[in-house]
Amino acid sequence: MSDSSTKGSSQNPSHIRLKGVEKIYPNGYKAIHGIDMEIEEGEFVVLVGPSGCGKSTLLRMVAGLEDITHGEVYIAGRKVNDLEPSQRDIAMVFQNYALYPHMTVYKNMAYGLKNLGTPKDEIDKRVNEVAKLLELEELLNRRPKQLSGGQRQRVAMGRAIVRKPTAFLFDEPLSNLDAKLRVQMRLVIKNLQARLGTTTLYVTHDQVEAMTMADRLIVLKDGIAEQIGTPMELYDRPETQFVAGFIGSPAMNFIEADLSDDGNTLQFGDTKLPLKEKLSNQTSKITFGFRPEHVTLSDSGAMSLQVNLVEHLGAESIIHAKLGDSPITLRLNGHIDAKNGDTLKVDIDADRYHFFDKNAGIRI
Amino acid sequence: MIENRPVSTAISHFVLLAGVAIVLFPIWITIVAASHDVARLLEVPLPLGLGDQFFENLKQVVGKGVEGSTPIGIMLFNSLVMALMIAFGKISISLLSAYAIVYFDFRFRMLFFWMIFITLMLPVEVRILPTYEVVAKLGMLDTYWGLTIPLIASATATFMFRQTFLSVPDELLEAARIDGAGPMQFFWDILLPVSRTSIAAMFVILFIYGWNQYLWPLLVTTDKNMMTIVMSIKNMMEALEETPKWHHIMMTALLAMIPPVLVVIGMQKLFVKGLTETEK
Ligand SMILES: Nc1ncnc2c1ncn2[C@@H]1O[C@H](COP(=O)(O)OP(=O)(O)O)[C@@H](O)[C@H]1O
Ligand SMILES: [Mg+2]
Repeated sequence: MSDSSTKGSSQNPSHIRLKGVEKIYPNGYKAIHGIDMEIEEGEFVVLVGPSGCGKSTLLRMVAGLEDITHGEVYIAGRKVNDLEPSQRDIAMVFQNYALYPHMTVYKNMAYGLKNLGTPKDEIDKRVNEVAKLLELEELLNRRPKQLSGGQRQRVAMGRAIVRKPTAFLFDEPLSNLDAKLRVQMRLVIKNLQARLGTTTLYVTHDQVEAMTMADRLIVLKDGIAEQIGTPMELYDRPETQFVAGFIGSPAMNFIEADLSDDGNTLQFGDTKLPLKEKLSNQTSKITFGFRPEHVTLSDSGAMSLQVNLVEHLGAESIIHAKLGDSPITLRLNGHIDAKNGDTLKVDIDADRYHFFDKNAGIRI
Repeated sequence: MIENRPVSTAISHFVLLAGVAIVLFPIWITIVAASHDVARLLEVPLPLGLGDQFFENLKQVVGKGVEGSTPIGIMLFNSLVMALMIAFGKISISLLSAYAIVYFDFRFRMLFFWMIFITLMLPVEVRILPTYEVVAKLGMLDTYWGLTIPLIASATATFMFRQTFLSVPDELLEAARIDGAGPMQFFWDILLPVSRTSIAAMFVILFIYGWNQYLWPLLVTTDKNMMTIVMSIKNMMEALEETPKWHHIMMTALLAMIPPVLVVIGMQKLFVKGLTETEK
């Protein structure tokens, strides 16, 4: 990496790059454990993970709001470790929007440009452009207090867009909206980003949001990047049991199983599951995983489940059942006529098995 | 509290009215006394109703002043200057020190915080002799600076502003940093406007505090032209070895009440907001 200060240097394809980034808070708590990652120009990357896993911390280190304890962050080819947030050419959208309460919508959007010394007519032009893009024209003279949640959200985005930064950073921008608006705004943000082509790092704890919006996602757990990949990569081939359980809804089913010595069959409870391919692992303790949607009802099915509860969603049915002591969820198309106490025989799609080492939680 | 029972409503109204009466009675007496001539005020029983000399007395006090005392205009002006200087001075210093304590992580931050805290225990009345000596040595006797600086130099308002600043969400600072605002810009463009109701509330409190100063002005002013109206009222009662001119004194007291009342009425809305608002 050259220390060139040219913006968006073309010899460097990755637009945002983290190298061994670690964060230790002043109280000694280590929130981020060495993260390496590259984001391409124009890419929409989502940081996803349960609450408290360090998503905001990582994002704020990229923004320059938190010191970087170890490692390096590059944005558009520049090492930004020691740069102020305003010098990093990024814009951020906060969870609670952080609009300036005493300024009108117009002034909220214009403030950053004004500080950059942008001429008045240029500011005016840009604010009006963005207001049009986000349908905020009617609201330009209102204060944040006089806006609905969704409108505030759009103003916060407008404030980010108007600066034409090299990257957008979002920290759970939709979590304060109601469910319906959230789905709408998901599309709005995704479309806008595609249209502007601005590199984006987006934080959320909602895996559905993550899956639907991301070009690639990073699953974070306890400050460690569990897996980085496209939504389908993570869905089809989760590298750890945590990712497997986190991505997909309803969550993947896990069963504790024993691998036979020859590696050809898996045993759990009364069930013996023959494997298509031989499996080898250091120990015979395996966690066997399969997704609720990769199951078919079949009278000759290998597994017999005890039904607990059926949720009829119309197009599909979610069946909560038990295999021995393990809870199992099934997601089947159409209306399934089953009730508490029934026994269901099912087959699992043999191409969709997932195996994890029981102790390490790593994919086999 | 929210119950709507006629008995409890009646009782609470009675208590409130009694409270109002207790507060208003002395003011009513002042108004009454200002509306009679001096002879009537020396008779017993004292009048409880208005007399017909109000405008006569007003003309006398405003036009010629009370005998042996500084013209009322000058004293009102001095008081006003003193109250404004104290209010603005204290607010400026407290805003800056609260800003430093809340937003900057410097060495010995807590030490400074506690030092400021200690000034709460040392109002001017406690440190009056050393303070007088300092002011005298600096040649500030009989000046506005001498009147106000020792009163400004305590940090009471710092705590209120600290609380206010602490309630401002961190994200505002972060958004401003990303928007390229430096520390002073954040202070001016964001923090002050966001805290304006607290500042207004503090202004009202400090204006009245400044206006009502008695002991300190009495000590540092000997020049008649530096007298403030509050201290002069006491002087009038002792001036000349004759019976006090109660009607004029009361009229002066009434006039002395007007500026604080105007400030309170004028800033009432902001004042209440500043003391009750929790969300910024
Ligand atoms: N200023 C701080 N000092 C110490 N620990 C912190 C601080 N901020 C956050 N943490 C801790 O770091 C972890 C990650 O926090 P955060 O990045 O906010 O999580 P997320 O955004 O994923 O919910 C949490 O355990 C949190 O308690
Ligand atoms: Mg967070």
